[in-house]
Amino acid sequence: MHNQVIGKPISRVDGRAKVTGKAKYAAEFTAPDLLHGVVVSSTITKGRITHIDTGDALALDGVVKVFTHQNRPKLAWFDMSYKDLDAPPGSPFRPLHNDRIKYNGQPVALVVAETFEQARYAASLVKIEYAQEPHETDLQHHLDTARKPASGLASLLKPPPPKARGNFDKAFTEAPVQLSTGYVHGFEHHNPMELFSSTVVYGKDGKLTIYDKTQGAPNSQFYVSQVFNIPFRDVRVVSPYVGGGFGSGLRPQYQLFLAVMAARELKQSVRVSLTRQQMFTFGHRPATVQHIDLGAQPDGTLDALRHAATAETSRFEDYIEVVVNWSGALYKAPNAQFDYNVVPLDQYTPLDMRAPGGVTGMSAIECAMDELSYKLGMDPLELRLKNYTEEDPNEKRPFSSKQLRACYQQAAERFGWTKRSPEPRSMREGHTLIGWGMATGVWDANQLPARAEAVLTVNGKLRVSSATADIGTGTYTIMTQIAADTLGLPLEDVLFRLGDTDMPLAPFQGGSLTAGTVGSAVKIVCEDLGKELLKLARKMPNSPFAKAKFDDVFFVEKQMRLKADPSVRIDLQTLVDQNGGRAIRTTATSMTNSLKQGKYTRYAHSAVFVEVQVDEDLGTVKVTRAVTAVAAGRILNPKTARSQIIGGMVWGISKALEEETVMDHRYGRFMNHNLAEYHVPVCADIHELDVLFVEEHDDVVNPLGVKGVGEIGIVGMPAAIANAIFHATGKRVHELPITLDKLM
Amino acid sequence: MQIQVTVNGKTRKSEVEDRTLLVHYLRDQLHLTGTHVGCDTSSCGACTVHVDGVAVKSCTLLAAQADGCAVTTIEGMAIQDSPTTSQLHPLQEGFKECHGLQCGFCTPGMIMTAADLLKHNPNPSEAEIREALEGNICRCTGYHNIVKAIQWAATHSTKPEPNQQEEPVVADEHLFTNDVTTGEVVETH
Ligand code: FES
Ligand code: FES
Repeated sequence: MHNQVIGKPISRVDGRAKVTGKAKYAAEFTAPDLLHGVVVSSTITKGRITHIDTGDALALDGVVKVFTHQNRPKLAWFDMSYKDLDAPPGSPFRPLHNDRIKYNGQPVALVVAETFEQARYAASLVKIEYAQEPHETDLQHHLDTARKPASGLASLLKPPPPKARGNFDKAFTEAPVQLSTGYVHGFEHHNPMELFSSTVVYGKDGKLTIYDKTQGAPNSQFYVSQVFNIPFRDVRVVSPYVGGGFGSGLRPQYQLFLAVMAARELKQSVRVSLTRQQMFTFGHRPATVQHIDLGAQPDGTLDALRHAATAETSRFEDYIEVVVNWSGALYKAPNAQFDYNVVPLDQYTPLDMRAPGGVTGMSAIECAMDELSYKLGMDPLELRLKNYTEEDPNEKRPFSSKQLRACYQQAAERFGWTKRSPEPRSMREGHTLIGWGMATGVWDANQLPARAEAVLTVNGKLRVSSATADIGTGTYTIMTQIAADTLGLPLEDVLFRLGDTDMPLAPFQGGSLTAGTVGSAVKIVCEDLGKELLKLARKMPNSPFAKAKFDDVFFVEKQMRLKADPSVRIDLQTLVDQNGGRAIRTTATSMTNSLKQGKYTRYAHSAVFVEVQVDEDLGTVKVTRAVTAVAAGRILNPKTARSQIIGGMVWGISKALEEETVMDHRYGRFMNHNLAEYHVPVCADIHELDVLFVEEHDDVVNPLGVKGVGEIGIVGMPAAIANAIFHATGKRVHELPITLDKLM
Repeated sequence: MQIQVTVNGKTRKSEVEDRTLLVHYLRDQLHLTGTHVGCDTSSCGACTVHVDGVAVKSCTLLAAQADGCAVTTIEGMAIQDSPTTSQLHPLQEGFKECHGLQCGFCTPGMIMTAADLLKHNPNPSEAEIREALEGNICRCTGYHNIVKAIQWAATHSTKPEPNQQEEPVVADEHLFTNDVTTGEVVETH
């Protein structure tokens, strides 16, 4: 009843800063006498550096120093110190550690000069000789070396494959309808539009203020503090605006290490920015090979399901993602088996990329279900409904909420699915083949603990802060809404700040967990502030609130009022005055209710319906229409949420049709490492996209009932597109992206 | 070498290296960091500015080539009403209102490209907008709201671009700013 702004399509509070060019990203902060660092990258994939000649570079005007493994300062010795908060099991990569080359594009030197132009030219003059060793980079050629990944703390958020259930072998052999199929996905790189940069401002006292491109300022602070053995209080990481992340900023990247090292050695401020080409020299979405076996009754009932995935990782860390679990949770299949393995290769460790594992595994199972539907001669949607489950078969526990059925229904209706002619190649306009396909999306709704601070300032305005991030998602805006509603203030009286390690600790922004995680902290800290306000009100002489408990009051229109008699009210400003004119401040931690949450599987769901047009002669594919219905709990802001889903859907189009980093395995080097050849959609690639939010109530996921919408938009798209392409052309392509050559 | 460039209505005399790109001149010397860098192959459009009224990728031009030209960057799009208040350009208003942005990194380039489009085609169709943005990549929004934002701007009046001439100032004597901008987001409230 008192909600004013939660659930409303509020325009972004950071909009003005971003349309005027005032929003500053990591490379845009500066300092007096700022030095510029340019990274020299390895040109081989594996071996040793035998000789480095920096003479020509150093002879140039303005060049201050060239850092290499030969002259780098002494740093922390143990692997442990290099593990950031998102490090997978293994021994993290250390820039300029020694003469060993572990992957192509590895940073081997940092040239620091007075201007960027000087540094860039000098970097081209650094001569490096190598002794090469043979490398292995091709996943498909080394599947025989696949093994179980090491498990570590990461398995808390990334559970291992579910236990087998029933007797898969028997059920599969006996199943009247069988399908065995496989899917191959290539490498992908996040490529946020902002290049990775760190501007390290060296303070007079040697303290560092670091403007870093990161999805979690606290992680960068932790890493720098460990590696360089600097106390936390002497490292402040600030990151108010982030030009996209998609997972790439979950771990501190090597430009941070290099910039900090240089600043400390030179006792001067340094900025290091990577080039677009160098954006391909750290984490990526791993290439995968998946295999799926389905055994079904003629009526579509799934008896047997097996989902196995093999992904590549580096030689030094075991990157893990959850690929196969989704199919086991989505379909009842009483006899099921799951397997997940990794193949270590000579390349950098993969890194979470938008819906990591989820979009990979769901693409495979949802294409396999489509294949099965044709084998059965059954409508693909009907097949899903036939095997729909109200309980998570992996964990044998209920879902905290699951409105997937409503998603299917509403999206199918909006799309006009019933008008589909089931036969492949049966819909066409001249030389254009038309296809309709559908698929399901699933993603986690996790919550982590987080902290926030709330201050009611002397002029009655609310300031809330938490060291979370806004990588473009809308955190600034939705947190402002939550705070405003909790204390009954208009939006313009609330300031939410983030991205600074001087603020209370929050986890990195990733996995669609910020809305629920930081949102809960904001709600709780504002409620705590409300309790403080009530205390002040109670102490006032003859206070009508004297006996009131927190549950007896509510906040609206800058006032606290009694629920029983709303005419009993007091201005928040009066309470500040009552506090001797001093600001009122509280800090709070939102904990997760693990006991309650542990009893449920907590997922967001989506149903996706897609129309494609395929040029019969040229094999070009256009996604002309797509409808996504999303059930993701409460939607805090339909404007920012819809934009997240549309962005995710376009990522799905990209993954299905365009995006792949192609490696020349002879050299172990990515060939298309620039935005000219690494294809992502441009404006004209995108046509009608429609988003529906299905109402869903969930009081388990977190106090706000939100599930997050950062990833769910991408998850179902690639399979829906691939399935539509099959429907249009009768060709089942088992490799993503489906480029025109595969359809010719 | 010395160049004289009129940037957002102010004439600047600056010493630049022959090899300095226009985008680095704007960012590093003039501290006009609203013009972003997203690539090194002229592919992304994040660096788009107007040179003599035409949208160009400022990473593809030397600062020296802008000698004698008038450059408008995103910072010059709003009309400064008074020292503390300004009116946004309809495109800026449109991107803000229609949620034509998420991370905001591509936004200045998008707005500058769109401004060029609207100059030549004040009422573009959706297809024309999508074609016109061929040189600008957005990784976040899925473009949908960007198209809407430009349509919004097309139906709202366009204010003249700033052109008042002032005394030339020496470029490098800019105020050193190192403020944390988290506060800026709502200082406009
Ligand atoms: S930076 Fe100019 S086009 Fe990318
Ligand atoms: S808003 Fe992030 S790249 Fe366009």
